[in-house]
Amino acid sequence: MKQSTKIWFRQGDPWIWLNAGAVAISVVMVLGLLFMLAVRGLGHFWPHAVMDATYTPPNGQSYRIVGEWVEDERVSAIRLREAGMDIAEEVDSVQRILIKTGNRDISGLDFRWILQARISDIHYPENVMTVERREWGNFYGYLEGLKEKGVSVRVEDIYAELDSRIERVLSLQEKIVQIEKRDIGVINYQLERIRLKERSLEINEKLTASAQAEFQVERAELDAQYQYYKGQLDNLYQEVSRDSLIATSMDGTVSEIRLSNIVKAYRTNNMGILQKLTFYVVQFYGFLTEDPREANTEGGIFPAIFGTVLMVILMSIIVTPFGVVAAIYLREYAKQGWLTKLIRIAVNNLAGVPSIVYGVFGLGFFVYFLGGSIDELFYPEASPSPVFGTPGLLWSSITLALLTLPVVIVATEEGLSRIPKSVREGSLALGATKFETLWKVVLPMSTPAMMTGLILAIARAAGEVAPLMLVGVVKLAPTLPLDGNAPFLHLDRKFMHLGFHIYDVGFQSPNVEAARPLVYATAFLLVAVIALLNITAVLVRNRLRERYRALET
Amino acid sequence: MENTFESRFGVSEASMSRLRKIRKAKDRAATVGITIGGLSVVFSICLIFFYLLYEVIPLLMPASIVKEHSLQENVSTDSLFSVMEEQAEIGLSIHRDGQVRFYSTHDGNPLYIERIFGKDITAVSADSPGKRVLSLANSTGEVIIVQHDYHSRYADNGIRTIVPSVHYPYGEEPIELVPGESIKSLAFRDGDTNVVIAAVSEKNRIFLKRFEKITSFLSDSVELEESPIIELPIPSERVDNVLISSDQRWLFLVEASKQVEIFDLRNSVEAMRVGVVPLVQQAANITVSTFLLGGISLLLGDDQGNISQWFMVKNGEGHSSLEKVREFSLGESPITQIVSEHRRKGFVAGDSDGNIGLFNTTAEHVSLTQRVSHTGISQIVMSPRGDNIVIQSDDNKADFWKVNNEHPEVSFMSLWREVWYENYNAPGYVWQSSSASNDFEPKFSVVPLTFGTLKAAFYAMLLATPLAIGGAIFTAYFMAPSLRQKVKPTIELMEAMPTVILGFLAGLWLAPLIESNLPGIVSILVLTPIFILLTAYGWSRLPQDVRLRIPSGWEPVILIPVVVGSGALSMGISGSIEELLFGGDMRQWLTNDLGVDFDQRNSMVVGLAMGFAVIPTIFSITEDAIFAVPKNLTFGSLALGASPWQTLVRVILPTASPGIFSALMIGLGRAVGETMIVLMATGNTPIMDMNIFEGLRTLSANISVEMPEAEVDSSHFRILFLSGLVLFIFTFIVNTIGETVRQRLREKYGSL
Repeated sequence: MKQSTKIWFRQGDPWIWLNAGAVAISVVMVLGLLFMLAVRGLGHFWPHAVMDATYTPPNGQSYRIVGEWVEDERVSAIRLREAGMDIAEEVDSVQRILIKTGNRDISGLDFRWILQARISDIHYPENVMTVERREWGNFYGYLEGLKEKGVSVRVEDIYAELDSRIERVLSLQEKIVQIEKRDIGVINYQLERIRLKERSLEINEKLTASAQAEFQVERAELDAQYQYYKGQLDNLYQEVSRDSLIATSMDGTVSEIRLSNIVKAYRTNNMGILQKLTFYVVQFYGFLTEDPREANTEGGIFPAIFGTVLMVILMSIIVTPFGVVAAIYLREYAKQGWLTKLIRIAVNNLAGVPSIVYGVFGLGFFVYFLGGSIDELFYPEASPSPVFGTPGLLWSSITLALLTLPVVIVATEEGLSRIPKSVREGSLALGATKFETLWKVVLPMSTPAMMTGLILAIARAAGEVAPLMLVGVVKLAPTLPLDGNAPFLHLDRKFMHLGFHIYDVGFQSPNVEAARPLVYATAFLLVAVIALLNITAVLVRNRLRERYRALET
Repeated sequence: MENTFESRFGVSEASMSRLRKIRKAKDRAATVGITIGGLSVVFSICLIFFYLLYEVIPLLMPASIVKEHSLQENVSTDSLFSVMEEQAEIGLSIHRDGQVRFYSTHDGNPLYIERIFGKDITAVSADSPGKRVLSLANSTGEVIIVQHDYHSRYADNGIRTIVPSVHYPYGEEPIELVPGESIKSLAFRDGDTNVVIAAVSEKNRIFLKRFEKITSFLSDSVELEESPIIELPIPSERVDNVLISSDQRWLFLVEASKQVEIFDLRNSVEAMRVGVVPLVQQAANITVSTFLLGGISLLLGDDQGNISQWFMVKNGEGHSSLEKVREFSLGESPITQIVSEHRRKGFVAGDSDGNIGLFNTTAEHVSLTQRVSHTGISQIVMSPRGDNIVIQSDDNKADFWKVNNEHPEVSFMSLWREVWYENYNAPGYVWQSSSASNDFEPKFSVVPLTFGTLKAAFYAMLLATPLAIGGAIFTAYFMAPSLRQKVKPTIELMEAMPTVILGFLAGLWLAPLIESNLPGIVSILVLTPIFILLTAYGWSRLPQDVRLRIPSGWEPVILIPVVVGSGALSMGISGSIEELLFGGDMRQWLTNDLGVDFDQRNSMVVGLAMGFAVIPTIFSITEDAIFAVPKNLTFGSLALGASPWQTLVRVILPTASPGIFSALMIGLGRAVGETMIVLMATGNTPIMDMNIFEGLRTLSANISVEMPEAEVDSSHFRILFLSGLVLFIFTFIVNTIGETVRQRLREKYGSL
């Protein structure tokens, strides 16, 4: 049956379709966003082919170009002409490519836009090498030779030799890090403790000569240890800087790169698909477990993951008991009346209060007021540098606990309200007290609801950044908040956070272009974790509903 | 068999009752514990509000002064100039007889006296209140530059004493400025590269001398290289006072108590005189003239108790003129003293009736007026920190007062109204909170921030409202249940998306995309609905057996490729449209042809990104509201012959409208408080302009940008708390309205 156009309009079909369109647009946006994050975030670790080609700019000398394809786009010719490029009159728009050419130390820029039509002689030579360096970003070029203590090394398979030598340097560097971070870190930590102890005695006017002498002995001992490690370090540094490689870059410059400056050297064009896959997994694993390099624009995000997880755990420990107790109070103990209604509305509203307001509150109340008081009372020896009177892990956790409190309260209350009255009455009729009913019957039944609340709270806390910027997050924390020095968990330390990492690297870093893939990867990781948590929460909640429905019938 | 309790239950009655007691005690303990716990959570929620309020309230506190003690000695009889050092422990006064006298502000006893010139001092001029460099003139036309310094010394018992001293930074040799005549008024500026001194002689002639500062290579000492003395054009009237602005450009002569004559020192001597401004109307006479902190604004006190602020304002053609900016009133009696604060744009004034007043010019705020003496005020000395003053009256009594005036620069006026700031051509709303120098006039207008907040929220709601409500209508009412089960969680997943990610995408991906494909983005907004309608029409024209393959309620699935296609098409033709209509570059076209400024990170980006963040909130609540409309209403309407759309519009939407309203409210609350998206997707420029292609700064982003740097307990810090409190209250009110409406609706449906 075909309708006439008029009826079609009068029945409101166009409007229905427009509404359907709204749904379609929303869904497309959500899925598109997730898809884009996944592609860009995960694509970064794939070993891209490195091309070697000749490029002739519209007005200039042609030159050789070696690098990775990053992206391409169409631009109008007019815009390029405005930028001073000589483009033929009849051309409307041109395709241009962003090439990562690396070698920032040689040419000054590591990305360049080139016009696709003007590239010729593209080939992918097998022995073009990518070198990930600790500074100056990637190097692209051809390996020419190896040097040991400035003397050339003659070997059969130069690439295998390079790999084994890099391996050696990396293992040495691991030792260096071990000594610098762990051993010397411990010494510094102990020295600081001695200083604080001494200062504390001084403030209390109990600093006797014998105590001072004791401190002196301890210091001397630590200093001796330090000297020992320093000697070792000097040796290691000498060892590490033994080798270097010689390579030519795209403009023919021959440069010498110390192996101590190299993280990884590989030839992507030479890899088979299996090798690429392995490489991909290794890269991704490195991203998750390594420390960041070069002002966070390269390397891994381990400290950020660690900080986020630790903060969220602390927050859960704080928020769960309070949220659950508050919900139990509201649902089971408080007299239901206008007051509880009011409180409930207030709690609901609190979920809608901007997170930055919690940050402001946390900074003023927790950090300056509580933290400042704690410092005055318990840490007078550290003055003038604050211990708890400065943003840190503890205050961040508490602030976020406050922020997520409504989530836990609402979810737990919902769970409690779903438990059939008959169950409660049965328990009471058997002579159990109210508390026993609660403890043995009601609470076990509502654990899934609490879990839902907690999971949602964790998902919210993991993605929240604005308040943390005020109460404890930093772009680069020198030490993790959890380490081998007693008391192991340092609540006063500042920490790194995935969300803030995204903000910082994406917006505050000097080389945004180079950092972008890493930001996408970090963003994807964060979204994946949060989406996973949310889906879990939804599943738990659905199962819970089913269960109670079964109970009620 | 004995029928005892124990034999029946296996436990003794005593132990049973003990157990019961324990259980009862536990129960009671739990009740108490849970009540305390619950109430403490409620308490902590209230704490947020009260703590924010507690931080804000000092802004509203009025100023007060408290007399601490009297100075016994007559400290500054006949003094030309007086000032206090940083700690307000030592005062300095310079007397006509050539004495430079340091005295204790505790009792007035002199600590150290130095004689300069060995003869009379006739005039003194300080560069700015905060600097410790002075120039002194004598009756033989000589000028000398001195500096007063203070050093702290600690005795063995830890007691600190401050030792004053006098130095001659540019040599002990006096500079001969007016040959053979006495100098009656002096102006002096010690800039970074130049020093300038102007003097008015007994015979009403004006002499000017400039010096260039030369730093010697070997030592850090600075030497002056002099240029010849210039005699300025003869002033038109008897000169009362001479003043030079801090940029060493303008020289003001206050003449005959009636007018100010202005000289532009950048011009050649003949062209220096640029104008005469008659100052006071009616019969008032100028009694006091001085600079406000910063050396830009003139403060003129008259004999009718008024003090006015004037500064040079540039008009459209680039000419500058002296304009009266605002006026304060202390009382009815002549003003005798005006002393500028050292760190803030404020001043203290005293009159001949014994009143003093604390004023702030930026806030146009009279912090305090108080009568402190029965005779006139002859001298006011303000400490650099602004927390102490010494007031001396005509009967030669001097008192040391403590001043509590923490936040004079904040008033309703300075926060919410247009303020005429120094160096601005007209009053305006400006937020500019901090700068490196003390002279800076902080501009604390929260209007641009509030405007930015509402602007961002407006554009976000513009995108989110139709999409979210339309989507919710379809999902709740038309969609096939099996599809709904998948679509709803998908859209709600958006709500959990961390805003930092949306902000990052908006700033780094969307903003450049919009910038280079502006026509494409605009055509997406136009083409997508058209394509949807065309598809709908085309679908209705298809043969029935094709249409029946996809059951009703699955339309969005058909539309997904259409939406994706129209998006791809729009981006694809973007370049061609630009070529065709906008001469190849729409940005250029906007700026040149329409005169519309374009920022890369603009309100459109914020609107799209934040709209995306708000959609799930509105969608979810609206969907619930529509879905909860009782089915019998729908069936009744359909049974009476209404089409599904008619049923929706006439029956369902009116019933669910309170729910939709509350959804919009809660969505608005979210848009207003959102921080990360606006922080990352806008340039954070606090401007007031409705232009969709320009940036903005919201209250929340402002807090996150400036809070870490704000000095604790400063006015800036408290204003940031105030904006936090405003956000809190605003969202709380909006959410409460939404929440109450929703609860009411729920009860109503319950009865249906």
